[in-house]
Order: sequence, then structure tokens, then C-alpha cells
Amino acid sequence: MPLIAYWRCFVGILAREGLRFIHQRERFVSALVRPLVWLVIFASGFRFVLGVSIIAPYDTYIPYQVYIAPGLMAMIQLFNGMQSSLSMVYDREMGNMRTLLISPLPRWFLLLSKLLAGTAVSIAQAYVFLGIAWFWGIRPPPLGWVLVFPALVLSGLMLGALGLVISTLVKQLENFAGVMNFVIFPMFFASSALYPLWRIKEGSLFLYHVCQANPFTHAAEMIRFALYGQFNLISTLVVLGATGLFLILGFIGYDPGRGLLAKRGGGE
Amino acid sequence: MPVQVTLSRLFALVLLGMPAAARADLIMVSNEKDNTISVLDGDSLQVIKTVPTGERPRGIVLSPDARYVYICASDSDRIDVLDTRTLTITGSVPSNPDPELFDISPDGRTLYISNENNREVSVVDIASATIRTEIPVGVEPEGMAVSPDGKTVVNTTETTSMVHFIDTATRKVVANVKVPSRPRFAVWSPDGKFVWASSEVGGGVSVIEVASHKIVARISFAIPGVSRETIEPVGLAITHDGRTVFAALGPANRVAVIDAQSKTVTDYLLVGQRVWHVALTPDDTKLYSANGLTNDISQIDVASRTVLKSVPVGQAPWGVIVVPVKKGGP
Repeated sequence: MPLIAYWRCFVGILAREGLRFIHQRERFVSALVRPLVWLVIFASGFRFVLGVSIIAPYDTYIPYQVYIAPGLMAMIQLFNGMQSSLSMVYDREMGNMRTLLISPLPRWFLLLSKLLAGTAVSIAQAYVFLGIAWFWGIRPPPLGWVLVFPALVLSGLMLGALGLVISTLVKQLENFAGVMNFVIFPMFFASSALYPLWRIKEGSLFLYHVCQANPFTHAAEMIRFALYGQFNLISTLVVLGATGLFLILGFIGYDPGRGLLAKRGGGE
Repeated sequence: MPVQVTLSRLFALVLLGMPAAARADLIMVSNEKDNTISVLDGDSLQVIKTVPTGERPRGIVLSPDARYVYICASDSDRIDVLDTRTLTITGSVPSNPDPELFDISPDGRTLYISNENNREVSVVDIASATIRTEIPVGVEPEGMAVSPDGKTVVNTTETTSMVHFIDTATRKVVANVKVPSRPRFAVWSPDGKFVWASSEVGGGVSVIEVASHKIVARISFAIPGVSRETIEPVGLAITHDGRTVFAALGPANRVAVIDAQSKTVTDYLLVGQRVWHVALTPDDTKLYSANGLTNDISQIDVASRTVLKSVPVGQAPWGVIVVPVKKGGP
């Protein structure tokens, strides 16, 4: 298969994801409003949660809204990943998925393209959010805006791949509410996105370990460090590992020969 | 040939000038509970030396030639003298009981000291290390500031809630200005026309016109999410151009940025807890705050109005000054 075919296919998938996002204005607005509500309303009530400690990568005391901004960028990507898993279930029910998978290109490439397209959309959202957050005093160094890009690519891929795995497990569109309850909320709340882990440790040691094992914690921390010009090796390794694992599970799930899809008849 | 000589001289000048220009200021912080002065390098913000002092060091003042630092050792009832070249205490100057804040005359010869328990300002001659006279003022004197021309000294008395203007020639109080509750600190505008005084319990800053001895403006503070009672301004610093005033807001954990022309607060900058005093670098590019409860100092970039870094010093930092390191080295 010539490379140009791969490229053409990738551009096609990217354009479709982009169009789908732009055409759904409600989705665009809600993708922005959600983190902004957290930033503007939630943050003002939780001012004192940070206490008096200086937490890496920050060099000084920071207001709470500065602390949660990177976690909210990760939240944008978490919702986006779940949204794309929802759209995969939808595509499957509508038959669009068959059109995609019928392509002569390898299946892993098609799925990866879809993930990258979704990640691109989530990164655009995250940057728009960061731009608006500037007015609330969230002003990372200029270099941070650049360095956060690879971090967003990696975390976007991880959360998209997680969505891919979930889409193989969810049989019907109606089950999506379950995804919200069992994936999004626990992942978001049991992480370092909203409160520093030392605070959680004070409350419950068990919960602290849960948060540390949560890949979303590491996505948030990786973004946080990158945004302030630093590199968090452990978080990056965890996110890389989780991305690899989710991708493999997702590819297996979409393999008609042996995947979960095949076992239950594909749902189509 | 002459051109070459000039060029080589210029080159030598640049070479010699480089290391001197690269020398950073020193930051000195008085640690009330440690009985020490932390000396930090202005570039790296690392503590390069910790100098033991008398008990409870608080007020800290630099001599006009930047050669000596004077430190109120409040519970030892004396002023310690620190040599800025050797970074050691080389001696002391006597004081009446409980010196807290003080200031030095522009000629570097005289100290004007607030003695908190004695209701007086003592005038100390540095060279002879003797107390020349005591000037009676209100109850609990604290803030001290010598005017740029050295002719007037202001003193704030916390319990009397007054700013006293003292003539340095006659050593008499010439005017009393009533200000809001517990005035703790005062600074002169660089042109000598105004005195800015902070009121800890009153929660604001008063601007007094020197010619008329009248309050011409009152600045109050309001921080969203911070209760009014915790806003207790103490330390003040004014830029050399007289355009910006910084106020340390105590338990509000913030430094307020005030536009001196419009007398309005433009920013509140989050620093460590219980911020007592602030100090500007000689070029007005950086501001340092001493944070009493979090045992650290915060470095603020003046132009961008952002807190860059907070670094640990000793226990209960109270006073802070910036010592310019002279070209050619100490």
C-alpha cells in the first residue's frame, strides 16, 4: 500500500472528526464551559485547599485556580476520549464503522488515525481553554505553551485509547451513562487534578494509593510539569505504558477474528 | 595607534567591568525566632551565610554607603552592626530597651530608634556609640523614617495611633497626625512631599502631605475571599520614581501593589503567610517579602507583578533589606 494512501486515509479521518466537532456547536461550547465552570466557580470555593505548602513544579505559593488549570486540561481530554468512544459505539450502531473498517489499510492504522484525530480536537480545546484561563490569572511561562503540546498529544492518546477499549465493551449507546459513572467520575476525582496528593494522603492512605495508581493522575501531572517548563519522568513513563496497554487492548477488541467484538457479534 | 590603545583600553574596561556587573545583590533577612540574619545571593536565592545576632532581631537598616547593616536586637536592647564585606557582626551600638524599628540619617552618622516600651525615640550617634537624647512621643512607638533631606523624622505610635513629625535639628515634635488604628510603618516619597503610613488594625494606608500635615488620601484593601480582619498592612516600600508603593498585608498573605498617582490598588500578589516587611532592589526590578509564618521570603518581579519564587530562610523572618554589592567587589 503506498504511503500516500495512508496519508489520504488519515486526513480523511481527521477531517471527519474535525467537521463533526465543528458542526456540533453545543459540543464545542460544552467542552469549554465544563472546565471553565470548574475554574471560575469551583475554584473560588476551594481557595484554601492548597494550604501553605509549595508543590513542585511551582516555585512559590499559588492560588487554587492556578493549581487546577492543568488538571482541567486533562479533564477536557478525558471527556473528549470518552466522547469519541461514544461516537464509536454510535458509528457501530449506524453502520458507519463498517465503512471505515472495510478500508484496505490495516485496522490498527485506521483506529490509530481515529485516535489521533480525536486527540487533535482535544488539544485544540485545551489550548482555547488555556487562552481563556489567562484572564483568570493562569499565566504559565511562554515556553510552557510549547512544551505542553507533546504532553497533550500523549495524554490525549492515552485517554482516547481508553475510550477505544471501553467502546469495545459497551454494547449499546444507552449504556453510555454507565461509562460516565464508572470511568469519568472516579478517574477525575481520584486523581491529583483537583487536590494535591499530600492532601488526599491526610484524609486516607488507601485513597492516596488509588490516586497514585490512576493513570489520569499521571496525565494531569505530566501536563502540569510540562506547562511550567519541567519534565516529570515517572508520570510520562506511566502514561506511555498505559497508552501502550490500552492501544493493544483496543486493537485486539476490534479484531473481528478474536476480539470481544467478535464474541458478541460486533453489535452491528 | 591611538585608536588601538583606546580600543584595548575599552576592551580591558569591558573585561574588568563584566564580573563586577555580574555580581548580584545580597538579600538580608532578620529571623525573629532564630536570632540570626540569613544572607542570600540575589541571583541564586541561596542562603550563603547565616549570621548569629542578639536576641529577637527585627528592624534592619543599611548605611547610606552600603558598608554596614544595623540590626535591632529587640530583646538584647542593642543595635548589632554587620559588616557587609566580611558578613560578620563587628560590634554593637547601645539602645534604650526594646528597639523595634529605626532609621539612619542620610549622612550615615545617626540612628533614630523606636523604643517600644519607653514611649520615646532615642537618637544614637554611631561613631561614639552613645545615646545622645530621647524624644518623648506617643505610646508604643514603632515606625521610623528619616526624610530624604534628613531634616525631619517621622515616628508612628501604635497605641496612640499617631504619626509624629520630629525636627532633627531641634529634636522636638513639630506635628502630630492622627491616623487609623495601630500605625506600624512609614515611608517618605522620594521627593520628600508625602509620608505613607500603614495602619495594622485600621487595615489601610494613609498618605500625609508633609507641608500641611494633613491626610490627603486613604487607601483601603479588599481581597475577594479574604476576610477584612486578616488584612493588616505593616511593611511598605516605594520605588525610586515614586510611582509605585508596595504594602505587606500581614495575615492576608499578600503584597498589595498601589499606584501612587491614582492612589488605587492595582494588584494583590500571593506570598507566604504573615508577611511583615518588603524591600526593593536598588534598581527597582525585584521586591522581596519576609513571610513570618512560613519561614521564607518571596521574590516578586516588579515589572510583571508576578511572584517568581519563595525560598526558605530562618525561623520567623521579619525584616528584609537588599544590599547592593559595589562594583569591584566587597
